Amino acid sequence: MAVTSSNDAFVEFERVQKSYDGENLVVKDLNLTMPKGEFLTMLGPSGSGKTTCLMMLAGFETATHGEIKLDGRPINNIPPHKRGIGMVFQNYALFPHMTVAENLSFPLEVRKIGKSEREEKVKRALDMVQMGAFGGRRPAQLSGGQQQRIALARALVFEPELVLMDEPLGALDKQLREHMQFEITRLAHDLGITTVYVTHDQTEALTMSDRVAVFNDGRIQQLAPPDELYESPKNSFVAQFIGENNTLEGVVKEISGEHAVVQLDGGGLIDCKPVNVTEVGQRTKVSIRPERVEVNKDRLQEGAHLLKAEVKEFIYMGDVFRTRISVAGNDDFIIKSRNAPDQIRLKPGEQVEIGWLPQDCRALDA
Amino acid sequence: MSDSAANSGPVLAADGTPLKRSLARALRMQKMRALALISPLLIFVLVTFIAPIADMLFRSVENDIVAETLPETVVVLQDWDAASGAAPGEALYDAFYIDLVLAEEQKLHTRLGTRLNYEKTGLSSLFRKTGRRASRFDTDIYTDQLIALDPSWKDPASWAAMMQSDANRTALPLTARTWDRWAAYLTGEGDDPAKKKLEDFLYTAAYLDMAAGHAKGASDARIAAAAAAAPGFETVSLKDQFAKADKAWVDPSVWETIQIFSPKYTNGYFLNAIDLQKSPDGIEPRPENQQIYLMLFKRTLFMSLVITASCILLGYPVAWILANLPSRTANLLMILVLLPFWTSLLVRTSAWKVMLQQQGVINDVLVWLGLVADDARLVMINNQFGTIVAMTHILLPFMILPLYSVMQTIPPSYLRAAKSLGATNWTAFWRVYFPQSVPGIGAGSVLVFILAIGYYITPEIVGGTTGTFISNRIAYHISSSLNWGLGAALGSILLGVVLLLYWVYDKIVGIDNVKLG
Repeated sequence: MAVTSSNDAFVEFERVQKSYDGENLVVKDLNLTMPKGEFLTMLGPSGSGKTTCLMMLAGFETATHGEIKLDGRPINNIPPHKRGIGMVFQNYALFPHMTVAENLSFPLEVRKIGKSEREEKVKRALDMVQMGAFGGRRPAQLSGGQQQRIALARALVFEPELVLMDEPLGALDKQLREHMQFEITRLAHDLGITTVYVTHDQTEALTMSDRVAVFNDGRIQQLAPPDELYESPKNSFVAQFIGENNTLEGVVKEISGEHAVVQLDGGGLIDCKPVNVTEVGQRTKVSIRPERVEVNKDRLQEGAHLLKAEVKEFIYMGDVFRTRISVAGNDDFIIKSRNAPDQIRLKPGEQVEIGWLPQDCRALDA
Repeated sequence: MSDSAANSGPVLAADGTPLKRSLARALRMQKMRALALISPLLIFVLVTFIAPIADMLFRSVENDIVAETLPETVVVLQDWDAASGAAPGEALYDAFYIDLVLAEEQKLHTRLGTRLNYEKTGLSSLFRKTGRRASRFDTDIYTDQLIALDPSWKDPASWAAMMQSDANRTALPLTARTWDRWAAYLTGEGDDPAKKKLEDFLYTAAYLDMAAGHAKGASDARIAAAAAAAPGFETVSLKDQFAKADKAWVDPSVWETIQIFSPKYTNGYFLNAIDLQKSPDGIEPRPENQQIYLMLFKRTLFMSLVITASCILLGYPVAWILANLPSRTANLLMILVLLPFWTSLLVRTSAWKVMLQQQGVINDVLVWLGLVADDARLVMINNQFGTIVAMTHILLPFMILPLYSVMQTIPPSYLRAAKSLGATNWTAFWRVYFPQSVPGIGAGSVLVFILAIGYYITPEIVGGTTGTFISNRIAYHISSSLNWGLGAALGSILLGVVLLLYWVYDKIVGIDNVKLG
C-alpha cells in the first residue's frame, strides 16, 4: 500500500459502520486512509456498501459508528453544505431550470462571491471542460456527454480539494465513456484534486485509479493499485470480480513457502502460489487468469505439472482467441491467446495439455 | 444541398404528387380511425354538454319574446319618441290591442309580463290584469257595425276564403297579418279557423284597415262596400279603453321600457349583470340599493384566491412529505388525502357546520378551555370565514395531487447536489426544489381556482349572506326567479373571467409549465 501513515492522510475512515434498519450492517468496520491528490476508486457489486461510504463522506448519510475525518478534522457532525466537497452525481443532477452558466455560478453565489469573479471562474471552468460556448444553454439541450462535462465543471468550479463521483459515466455509451475516463483522470491529476470515484465497472476502476478499494459485503476486500489488484488478488472474491478468471477447486497437498501443490477435485495435480492457504489438507480455490494459461509446453518450467484438457469451443475475437476447454471437471475454463502469426488455433474436440507458471496460479480461500 | 432542393420547389413523392399531399393522404385513414374512436364521447359531450351550455349562454342576449308577442306594437313603437314625455298616439294602442288580445288567447301575455318585469317592476301584474280585460273592450261595436252592413261578415268560412286572395290581402294588410296569426294559432290547437267563432279584434283590424284607406277600390264587393261605409262608423278610442283598464298604460315610462327591450337581441341582461341598466339617455348605473353583482363577482374572485392560497400553504408540505416518504407509507397517507373524495360533499360541508357553529365543537372546546367567554362565542360559520375553511378543506386534494405527482418526478439528487455545492437547506429548497415544483403549484392553482370560482353547494350551506358566491346568485335566477337570461349573462361573464384568467396565467407562467404528473 502506498500510504499507511495517518499523519498525511487527507480522508480517513476510522472503524466506520453503517446500518439503515438497525439489524443489518451495510458497512462493516471500514478503515481507509487517502493521501492528498490521490485518485481512489471504490469498486464493488451493487449493495456492497460503496455508495453508502461515498454518501457518508459527502454528509448525506450519517455513520452509525466510527469517525470520518477530512484533513484531520472529524466531519461527522458537519452538514454537507459546510464540507466543501465537490460531487458529481450518477444522473448529473444539473438543475433543469437554470442555464449551464447559472448551474456553475450557483455554488459561487451561495458562497457570496462577487459577480465579476463569479463570471470569470465560470468561464474558466467551462473552458476547462471545453464547453466554453455552451454557457447559455439549458441542461436539457445538451447531450449526455456534454451534461457530464458540465456536472464535472460544476463540481470543480468552487475549487474543492476533494471531489466525489458516484458512477458518473454510467449513462454514457462505451466510446464516450472511455473518452471521459481519460478526461476525468487528466483533470484530476492536472488540478491535483483528491478524488473518490465510485463505480461497478472494473475496467473503469483499473484504468483511472491510483488505488482501487474492492468492496463486498460491507467490507473492503482489497485496497491496492490496479496492477496489484489484477495480478495479485488477495482472495477469491477479488480474483473473481476483477477481470476474467478461471477457478479450479481442490485440496492443498504440499506447501512450502512460495510454492504449493494442489490436488484438484476433478483429478490432477497443479503447482501454484499459496496466498491465503497455510496448511496441507485445506480446501482451496485456485485462480488463474485466462491469458496466463499455456498450451505450448516449451514455455513452461522443467517438471511443471500438466493437465489434460479437451477443447470445447474456439471463438475468434480479432485481437485475441478465446478457447473454452474442459479441464479437471470444469467445462468453462477459458484460455485467451494473442492473435500472433505463430499462434495455434485449436479446434473443438482436440485433446491438449495445459500448464502455467506457478506464480501465475494463486491458491486462494475456498 | 438539401436546403437548395427544398428551396427550388415543393418536394415531390415518387409518383410526382407533392410530398405534403401524399403524406396527408397517407395519414387521413389514420386520422379517421382516431376520430372514429373518440366520436362516441365527442358526440355525447356535444349533445349533453356543449350544446345545452351554448343554448343557455345564448339566452343571455336573446330577447325575441317582445318582438314575437307584440309584432304590430313594436313596429308602431319604433316611431314614438320616448324623450317627448307624452304617451304614444292612438295608432299604438290599436296595434297593441290586437297584439295583446291575440297573446291573451294564446296565454302568452303573462310570459311577456314576467320578462318585462325584470326590467320594470309592476309590468307582470299589469299585463296579467289588462290581458283579461282587453278581450272585453268595447270593440264589439266594429263587429256589430260590419255585420249590420253585411251579415256574411259573421261567417268564419267567408273570412278564410277572403284571406286567400292576394288582392284582398293588399286591401286589408293588418287584417291579413292578424288573420294569419289567428289561423296559425287555431291550427296549432287543432281547430279549423274556418269554423271558429270570429273575435272582436279581427273586426277591429278590418275596420282599422278600412279607416286607414287601404281598402279603397278593393275588387271584393263586400270589402269595397264596407270600406265605403267605414268612415261613417261609430268608433271607440282604444287609448281610453287601456287608460280605463289601468292608468299605467298612459304612463310613457312603461312604453319606454317596452321600446328599449323590443329588439330581438339585447345587452340588457349583461348590463344588469354588471349593475348597469338601460335608460332612454343611454346606459347608467343601477340604483345604489340594487347593485349586487359586481360586489359578488369581486367577492367570488377574492375568496377563490384566498382559498387557492390556503390550499397551496396547506397542501405543499403534505405533498412534499408524500413525495419523500417510502412508497408504502406514502400510499397509506395518500388514502387519507383521497378519503374526502369518497365522502359525500354534503356530508363534509355539513360536518363543517357542526364544527364551526356557535354551539359547535370548536366553540365548545374554546369555551371549555376558557379561551373564549361563553357569551362571546366566535362566529365562524355563515360568513366568509366558514366558506373559506370548508372550501379549502374540500378542494385541498385537488392541490395535493398535482403537487405530489410533480414532486415525485424531482429526483432527491437535486437537493443533494445543491447541498454539496454549498447551499443551506433553505437555499437548496428555494433555489433548486421550489422552482421545479412550480408546475405543480400552477396545475393545482388552476384546478382549485377554477373549481372554487364556480362552487355552489358549499357557499350555499355555510356561506350565510356574506359568504355566498356569484354561482349562488346564478342558481337563484335559474331555479327561483326564472330570469334565465340574467342567469345566463352572469354565467357568461363568469366563463369569460375564467378564460381571461387562464389567458393571463398562460402569459405569465406558461400553460406548458402546468403538469399534472
